[in-house]
Amino acid sequence: MSLREAASNLVGWVDYRLPIVKTWKTHMSEYYAPKNFNFWYFFGVLALVVFANQVLSGIWLTMFYVPTAEEAFKSIEYIMRDVSSGWAIRYMHEVGASFFFIVIYLHIFRGLLYGSYQRPRELIWIFGMFIYCLMMVEGFLGYVLPYGNMSYWGAKVILNLVGAIPIIGEGLQIWVQGDFVVGSATLGRFFALHVALVPLILIVGIFLHIVALHQVGSNNPEGIDIKAHVDADGNPLDGIPFHPYYTISDLTPVVIFLILFFACVFYFPGGGGYFIEPPNYLPADKLSTPEHIAPVWYFTPFYAMLRSVTIDSFGLDAKVWGLIIVSGAMLVLFFLPWLDRSAVLSMRYKGWPSKIMLMLFAVSFVFLGVLGAKPADWAPAWVAPALTTIYFAYFLAMPVYTKLEKTKPVPGRIGAKSG
Amino acid sequence: MDREIFVKLWLATAAISLFPLCSIASSNSQELLQSNIDIHNKASLRRGARLYMNHCAACHSAKFMRYERLSKDLEIPPEIVMSDLVRFGATRLSDAIPAAIDPKVGEKAFGIAPPDLTLEAKYRGTDWVYSYLLGFYKDSNAPTGYNNHLMANVAMPWVLASLQEATSEAEFKDQMRDLTNFMAYMSEPIRPFRENFGKYVLGFLMVLLVSVRLLKNEYWRSLNE
Repeated sequence: MSLREAASNLVGWVDYRLPIVKTWKTHMSEYYAPKNFNFWYFFGVLALVVFANQVLSGIWLTMFYVPTAEEAFKSIEYIMRDVSSGWAIRYMHEVGASFFFIVIYLHIFRGLLYGSYQRPRELIWIFGMFIYCLMMVEGFLGYVLPYGNMSYWGAKVILNLVGAIPIIGEGLQIWVQGDFVVGSATLGRFFALHVALVPLILIVGIFLHIVALHQVGSNNPEGIDIKAHVDADGNPLDGIPFHPYYTISDLTPVVIFLILFFACVFYFPGGGGYFIEPPNYLPADKLSTPEHIAPVWYFTPFYAMLRSVTIDSFGLDAKVWGLIIVSGAMLVLFFLPWLDRSAVLSMRYKGWPSKIMLMLFAVSFVFLGVLGAKPADWAPAWVAPALTTIYFAYFLAMPVYTKLEKTKPVPGRIGAKSG
Repeated sequence: MDREIFVKLWLATAAISLFPLCSIASSNSQELLQSNIDIHNKASLRRGARLYMNHCAACHSAKFMRYERLSKDLEIPPEIVMSDLVRFGATRLSDAIPAAIDPKVGEKAFGIAPPDLTLEAKYRGTDWVYSYLLGFYKDSNAPTGYNNHLMANVAMPWVLASLQEATSEAEFKDQMRDLTNFMAYMSEPIRPFRENFGKYVLGFLMVLLVSVRLLKNEYWRSLNE
């Protein structure tokens, strides 16, 4: 029996008991993806690459990290100095966290640009937003673990926010932090959640995101349904098998991504004070507040919204209003598929109002991010509320402008002349 | 035509979005001197280590920096490290650098405990450390007789005053650059290796990039025909 026969027999044996061949075909070799994917379609696979990096580097970090108030900071320096290649693993994890959000923000923007959230991909979008929210939780938990001074004060600010919730807040805060103050009990549970619970749910979320995607098929920059035109075998004429075509061509963006990623790991591991904020080089100190407490950059747009309310009103604290606004900003994302009433998917065929609103939305989100990273008095007080208004207007006015605007006719086939 | 407008629109979006990011990058408000250190210059690091051990280590600990690492990285023979540098209660090569005085005594003497300096260069930045070291000036109102441009009413006595008076200005600047360099090294001893090793990793990835691109062309050729 040749080796080839033996391998084929083994596959046959397993396949009789576990549908590996069918799964491979459904999701890889006979999964037809549109042939016109562009730059914006790289970020899904890149997110998977970073996720794998976070899991692997994270597992190694758990071998040396000690989740107590006394030892946490020391154990990080131990990893940086005494653990063989510990510095590389730690930097990969820390730079990876920021790169995860860069990739995810571009991935989400792609969705907005080409209407990837619209029918029939509503569930893919919802799973995606679920993953995004969980990632923010994961990022926050992970940021506290090194127990530098910014970790400590950042945790305090966020946990005090929990405490600001009327009636149940105070008890909830103590329950979440496990003590009357942020300390070892907090680190212990944050560690458990960061390395076990949240990643487990994330894996389920990613699995559902991809299964739902493969059920309805990928969108494309034209927003054309490739399943509408099939050949004699029922395969889309404008589609190509994901494997080998996209598995091979995706290697190029993956390697380019790795070049940028490792350039950061080796030459800018602190991200200019944005991946690791300088106060985090000091151990947590409850007596010394950092001059200016700012969350790590990927939270800053929401932090700016949180701070945008400065007046107590309707019997509620300004802080509570901030919390309501941020929750609303997250919640509204989940309803996006039903807010867009356009008949077309891609921005290429949507009208001017959609284009301008998306542009305003993107700019306001970036500006909010800048505001959130700066001290509260850096810009006039009206700027953050104005930008927050634009953020919400993009979503809340969407049913109106997408319904009323004049769209362009979408060609039936990819590559055909428009109109 | 319309496609073009669309592309222009998102280029404009990107440009507008990048504008405030630039303001983040250049937001350093304090006027600092450029330290221009060279972390790969071992002679400078050795000179800096000597300055550090002679002038700083009496009051400041460096509790994450081991003598052994110093000996290996800066190529100072262990015997010399043991005889010249291991002191203030440290007894073994594997010990970390302690301070000579008890932090509590320091706090009583200066009003504030002298901070551990292992990560100071990372926390403040090397330009800050360099500017601080060159920022001391005579001030008869200050309790120690010296004040600092960067940190008004600084608690630290100007321990390098005699050295500063005994050397020329240019020479003193060089010495402070060496000291800053050593503190940068101490804050991250792996940095010289990291910066060297990174070249090989990036080089490998560049080669990989060319090969995966050629592989893609090979696979897609039949599609494009």
